Amino acid sequence: MALRSCLIPFLQQLGDDVSYWGFFVEYAPKMASGAMTTAMVMGCSALLAAVISLIFGLMRLSQNWGVQAAATVYIEFFRGTSLLVQLYWIYYVLPLMGLTLSPFMSGVLALGLNFGAYGAEIVRGGVQSVPRGQWEAALALNMSPAQRMRRIIVPQTFTLILPPMANLTVELLKATALVALITVVDLMFVAKQINATTWLSAQVFGTALIIYYIMARFALIPFLRWLEVLAARKVGKA
Amino acid sequence: MEWRWDFTFEILPRMLWATGNTLLAAGIGYLIALVVGLILMLGQRTPYRIVNFIVREVVEFIRSTPLLVQLFFVFFVAPQFGIKLTAWTSAMLTIGLHFGTYLSEVYRGALEGVPKAQWEACRALNFSTAYTYRRVVLPQAFPIALPGMGNYLVGIFKDTPLLATIGVAELMHTANALGAETYRYLEPYTMVGFIFLIISLPAAMGLRRLEAAVAKAQGKVKH
Repeated sequence: MALRSCLIPFLQQLGDDVSYWGFFVEYAPKMASGAMTTAMVMGCSALLAAVISLIFGLMRLSQNWGVQAAATVYIEFFRGTSLLVQLYWIYYVLPLMGLTLSPFMSGVLALGLNFGAYGAEIVRGGVQSVPRGQWEAALALNMSPAQRMRRIIVPQTFTLILPPMANLTVELLKATALVALITVVDLMFVAKQINATTWLSAQVFGTALIIYYIMARFALIPFLRWLEVLAARKVGKA
Repeated sequence: MEWRWDFTFEILPRMLWATGNTLLAAGIGYLIALVVGLILMLGQRTPYRIVNFIVREVVEFIRSTPLLVQLFFVFFVAPQFGIKLTAWTSAMLTIGLHFGTYLSEVYRGALEGVPKAQWEACRALNFSTAYTYRRVVLPQAFPIALPGMGNYLVGIFKDTPLLATIGVAELMHTANALGAETYRYLEPYTMVGFIFLIISLPAAMGLRRLEAAVAKAQGKVKH
């Protein structure tokens, strides 16, 4: 192992490129474990973002002026500033105020807050496009506002919001690469590490790109399509 | 840690200078992306199905992989093949290519949004293809494309902090440098956030106004 990692830069210097297969065998396990971390960051932040989207999307539609204003400020703030800035702020500035979070937690929090803000707008749009008659019918059946939301409106929004939410989730997967910059050992971090020791940039970043592509195209997107079909079936629109 | 106003004003000139670089990067990147998007869109509408297929797959690949990884790929791989790219050049190339794929989708959607009957009517009036595009299709496709085009301009602006990672001296890079020099991170990072907010909120509002104005000029009422 050690000999090999000394040998690779040496061979490069000779101008004799090592084969891609040799590179792959050597570094695939490390990159795979990085990809697992990426998947974990993605899963946790997607859950957090989903919860935030729902809460703030509904708050945006509240009759209460204060609640609505709070949601608007939150959404505009997180959509108006850059994700990387939020990430650095949470990781480097919050500790100065006495709140220290692990890199993983900071990453999940920043991603969740950022994508939650985008998701909240999707939820708001979805709720607003449920036909007027559904609201009136629920009112006629003497349902309380909470009941109406929970049992009539929100289930119907799922089919409407899932396609845009799916797009957002793919964006989220791509955005997880940023957590490497606050030292979370994800796929991007591992790739940077291998690049720094071997300088096989084409191989290492090429492989990372392909892994991200496979995760998005052959794992995440089919899963989201399946969710869309499931939601459509649940409300009887299959 | 307390907020220090004297320090804030001390670093303000450097931050504003860096803001200029950020805007420059976003502007140049956007112009490249507009052109790349057009090429990628046309590349999917050629008479050769194999070309359309390949361009489509390339677009899909670029769209579903992270900008950050692409940035590192271009910056580190080009020298391996003997091409020396500065941080600025690789950054502009990557941004142009990445957002070009998004803009190609915007263009495609806009063209498809023009009703088929418009094409048929032009055929019936014996207009040439070029004339049909110039006088009938593009004027109708433009308002459809405008919201998407505007969103990606703001999107590029908000992704420029990534360029700091390969050493482009924009806002985030300057904030990092100031933090390293002075051991104060609170003010630089917070200022970066506020500068982004100050620019992107009015920009988003301006875009909404512009969309409404174009829709009105086209004789359509915006819902």
